[in-house]
Amino acid sequence: MKFLRMRPGHGEVLLTEGDPDVREDEERLVEEFRRQLDEGMWAAVPTHAPGSGRRQAVMIHEYGEIPSGADRVIFFPRASGG
Amino acid sequence: MSLTVLALSLVALALAVPTLAERLSAARRRRAKEAKRPERSVFADPGRERRAEHRARELLRSCVNDEEWSMYRDLGFIRVRGSTPGYAYLIYPHKPVVAYMPESGRLLNEYCVEFPDMTGAIAGSRLPDSDDVLAKWMALTGDERRLIRTANMHLPGRQVDPGRVRRDLWRLAQWERSRSSARS
Repeated sequence: MKFLRMRPGHGEVLLTEGDPDVREDEERLVEEFRRQLDEGMWAAVPTHAPGSGRRQAVMIHEYGEIPSGADRVIFFPRASGG
Repeated sequence: MSLTVLALSLVALALAVPTLAERLSAARRRRAKEAKRPERSVFADPGRERRAEHRARELLRSCVNDEEWSMYRDLGFIRVRGSTPGYAYLIYPHKPVVAYMPESGRLLNEYCVEFPDMTGAIAGSRLPDSDDVLAKWMALTGDERRLIRTANMHLPGRQVDPGRVRRDLWRLAQWERSRSSARS
């Protein structure tokens, strides 16, 4: 699983990657996930809507909510009223 | 003879002084202007923005479905259907999300929202266009209510020209017709 983050003026960058089933990797992923949320990021996993060709995102509020089998989590700056 | 040369030299010098003074003053002004100019921004490399946008487009393409990607590529915006039937949104890069009713084409609201990265040295610069579209797409499809709650809501026309939106809706209808006829 990859953690990607949108960066202004840069596009996405790879924050970290690892196998959630490997304990050391998972610890690193959990730590990075928390750091990103502490920095004010939102996290989302793009998925297929069940039973249709439609795609959608699932917003992730804590590491445990990441759908199993997800291959990436995208972090992006929290929305604010423009 | 030497007096004549001296006199001519003095005249030449008197004529040159204003020009030299003007040049010195211009150089001083130029230096002051350069000192005031902000340091070259993150985009000192002219290709950087282009590469960032290229990366962002690839990421967007990998997240949305084929129809949405083609819509963005061909028309410059993405239509997302709302969770409430008969309600949809147009997502433009770095412009408010426009809510409308697909059946009637009636424009409802503009939702002004941005995604400012407040961390470190990158505060102040903005996401590439396609990242901005993807952020809106993820926030809308992932948690429509939260995005709408966060955004500043305005009547149509505050930031996006309603005439342009109507033209875009017409273009979208044409685009959908041509796609469906190409498929059949």
